[in-house]
Amino acid sequence: MAEFLIKNGFVFDPILGIKGDVADIAIKDGKIVETSAVTKPKIIDAAGKTVMAGGVDIHAHVAGPKVNIGRNFRPEDKLFNCTPGHGIERMQGGFSVPTTIRTGYNYARMGYTTVMEAAMPPLYARHTHEEMRDTPILDQGAYPVFGNNWFVLEYLKNHEIENTAAYIAWLLRATKGYAVKVVNPGGTEAWAWGLNCDNVHDPVPYFDITPAQIIKGLIEANEYLGLPHSMHMHANNLGNPGNYTTTLDSFKLSEGIKPNSKFGRDQVMHHTHVQFHSYGGDSWANVESKAKEIMGYVNSHDNITIDMGQVTLDETTTMTADGPFEHHLTELNHLKWANADVELETGSGVVPYIYSPNIKVCAIQWCIGLELALLAKDPMRVFMTTDHPNAGPFIRYPRIMKWLMSQEAREQQIDAFKYKDKVIDATNLAGIDRELDLYEIAQMTRAGPAKSLGLAHMYGGLAPGLEADVAVFDFNPNESYVPDDIENAFSNARHLFKAGVQIISDHEIVSNGNKRTLWVNARVNENPQVMRDVKEKFLRYYTVTLNNYEVSGHYLPNPYVIEVDATQ
Amino acid sequence: MTKTITDVVCPFCGTLCDDLEVVVSDDGKKLLEVYNACAIGAEKFLHSQAKDRITRPRMRQEDGSWKEISYDEAADYTARMLADAKKPLMYGWSSTNCEAQSVGSEIGEAVGAVMDNTATVCHGTSLIAVQDIGIPSCTLGEVKNRADRILFWGCNPAHAHPRHMSRYSIFPRGFFTGKGHTGRKVIVVDPRVTDTARVADVHLQIEQGHDYELLDALRVAFKGEQLPDVVAGIPKAKIYEVAETLKSGRFAIIFFGMGVTQSIGKNHNIDAAIAVTRDLNEYTKAAIMPMRGHYNVTGSGQVWGWQFGFPFAVDLSRGFARYNPGETTSNDLLRRDEVDAVFVLGSDPGAHFPFSSVRKIYDLPSVAVEPHETPTTEICKVHVPVAFVGVEVGGCAYRMDNVPIETRKVVDAPEGMMTDEEFLKSVLMRVREIKGV
Repeated sequence: MAEFLIKNGFVFDPILGIKGDVADIAIKDGKIVETSAVTKPKIIDAAGKTVMAGGVDIHAHVAGPKVNIGRNFRPEDKLFNCTPGHGIERMQGGFSVPTTIRTGYNYARMGYTTVMEAAMPPLYARHTHEEMRDTPILDQGAYPVFGNNWFVLEYLKNHEIENTAAYIAWLLRATKGYAVKVVNPGGTEAWAWGLNCDNVHDPVPYFDITPAQIIKGLIEANEYLGLPHSMHMHANNLGNPGNYTTTLDSFKLSEGIKPNSKFGRDQVMHHTHVQFHSYGGDSWANVESKAKEIMGYVNSHDNITIDMGQVTLDETTTMTADGPFEHHLTELNHLKWANADVELETGSGVVPYIYSPNIKVCAIQWCIGLELALLAKDPMRVFMTTDHPNAGPFIRYPRIMKWLMSQEAREQQIDAFKYKDKVIDATNLAGIDRELDLYEIAQMTRAGPAKSLGLAHMYGGLAPGLEADVAVFDFNPNESYVPDDIENAFSNARHLFKAGVQIISDHEIVSNGNKRTLWVNARVNENPQVMRDVKEKFLRYYTVTLNNYEVSGHYLPNPYVIEVDATQ
Repeated sequence: MTKTITDVVCPFCGTLCDDLEVVVSDDGKKLLEVYNACAIGAEKFLHSQAKDRITRPRMRQEDGSWKEISYDEAADYTARMLADAKKPLMYGWSSTNCEAQSVGSEIGEAVGAVMDNTATVCHGTSLIAVQDIGIPSCTLGEVKNRADRILFWGCNPAHAHPRHMSRYSIFPRGFFTGKGHTGRKVIVVDPRVTDTARVADVHLQIEQGHDYELLDALRVAFKGEQLPDVVAGIPKAKIYEVAETLKSGRFAIIFFGMGVTQSIGKNHNIDAAIAVTRDLNEYTKAAIMPMRGHYNVTGSGQVWGWQFGFPFAVDLSRGFARYNPGETTSNDLLRRDEVDAVFVLGSDPGAHFPFSSVRKIYDLPSVAVEPHETPTTEICKVHVPVAFVGVEVGGCAYRMDNVPIETRKVVDAPEGMMTDEEFLKSVLMRVREIKGV
């Protein structure tokens, strides 16, 4: 494989602790190496430019059934933006729900190289893998959803952690999944009857278990197995005024549980798109930011990581396994609504949404997301996301960087809000003058998410031995710049390397890379009870047979299996 | 000794039963018996064993007779035809696997084709309605385990999806439906007394072409508002009664078919049907599902969805994807003479398109990739027989509820036969050579 030496760039790397000093980064055999280890490298002149590791997205909806519902039922999302193929690029289309091909290229252009699909309905795992296979460049994994799964509900009702863990291990293998995702625990099962679970103590119809039992049980089962990532959580009561208490109640369920993982993470719960879970007030008239309360908790509890779910003020497409929420949303905005309940496992909904700066609530949401990041004491535990495409499309990450790095940019946006004064009253943002630097951005977009995923041994940094995922941006942090320069530079990487392959050269995509799919193979002791339960449920309640359920290997042409041994 | 293969997936209709058992000879070359399948499904498997099956590509001669050609020659003809055409139509894609559909997309991109699938004459109208209003739906297992109100509208599963009623909708005993059919109320809306209507608790024998009115009347009835004495031939008392039946259920499901999607009103009927489902969700839980026909028409819409963003009628001829049903749909293109070559795979437009369209195909350079002899192969210039997907080669297919299932290979194809995917790959290679890319 080719050797590269990226010379004289301003390097920002939390793993090496380099904060913008000029340094050289060497690449050999797909890995970062000491600069002395390369003999005849191709020289990449990065003088006056910013060099970072490839970005890691811990939570985005980029592949699978609900994403494709979003594409197929929104032809308007492709209006005027379908582009022809050129060079090695194929045809592309879509804004908030781009085609898989555009997804790969657009992430690469932002310097991102690893993206996790945030919710995979197990029965639809094959579909998710087909889409990931057709997403170029990126290393990807997918999180199967567990929070409304009948097996889990039945085991955890009696707090059977070992059985839950054995089932998780089986399902991860069957679906080639990466982590344990929980979406509105119990609420989506309730939605199968048109109901919901509004808080952590609201029992699930028929199953007679509370969301709190599900959450706690799944954290324990996750740690029993010692999976790379922690339990990945989307709490009950998303998007409702006053829901921050439910969020805090959910956080508290992680208290006293210690991480048990050889993969270097410190958290036992990752809570995603916390912006949607940080609302005070009791109606849309008096909804207000509770980011201070939420971050007060997060800052003082280091067994939790979160991501933002930043609203980007775009027209977008919301999609979540939180079926009741999407129904609630369609009643609010009266736009088209798709719902897809999945037997024994989960559900989902899709509704277009317009985050308008002229709507007070949207502006408050925008403030809350930024507050979460700006109030973070430890940027290694608070990650930048838009919950793509729920709060906005991922292509806005560079714009969020601009907002986080520049108070001037934030003020410009606040001034543009129609209900500026009301928004300021309901939020804390106007009083925050913190401006993040690129080192903190690298923590929030690279090193932090990689560590939380248990992938710090591969991604998120530029230390020798890590995957050679390196991005070079046309940004000189030592020269004066206007806020928009940040957005422009980080939207359009000058060079990108993925596992040592040059993907972007002078802003042109020159390779489709060697995309890998990550999944976790957790080995547990033989568990006849769980296997009997699996057989019985397939025989009696599923509409596919057990033998047709498992995703076979060829759906993952280039798999990367992470082995976990939980047999002890 | 024979071998029994279990968990076989049936490549016939959108029900995509996956519990078939197939008995094959010891050497795996002969398919002997098919169990658990419906009559149509079993026939599909047994068809592959026909002694007079065409096993080599053939080209139509001047005098109307066929001449056998090699797969290479067929791939070359196809590639040239597509590459030379200004705007070729690549139609079908519903009776093949997603792997072949994917290769087809690459060819379509390379030659600037219009990609269209059988939804264009089937549930395309449903897809348009979904783009208007969305679709609250679910997997078939939700129906099996929860549904106690089953409404079939303009469809006749007793004949078109024969195992649908026993596997998913009327008869199965599920988790919350332990009483099977006795716990369910079945309503059929159909102008004909079909075999499905015969097993229904209520048959609304609607006046043909008045579906929209009746759907709207149901929405009125849900709200308890006034109706005229008779709507669409149904007395108002009956409509109120059916509305109450639906509202009082725990989980209602509407299945609909060609009777509403291709009768007068088309996508507007489906708009109304989905609105009925949305309304029902104010009172109880309700879902709606199109009864997709071909076993993988759904998959073709999914593959194009993630690759191009549109589920059918995708025009790639300008170099980027466009979608405009009515303009980019097969019959409209054919009848307006807007395409100059036709490639058909996994469908039989010769049997199902209007005669005016079929004549256009006959007049144009055309290739049909198809295991059977069909009306389409009769009118095409080149017929490329291929292995049966789901019998002689596996691959992914999507059920009517979008659940992907990997079909299985149970027997070898006759010696030397190509699969859809293999043939398409050789066409793609030739296209790239010709185009110099």
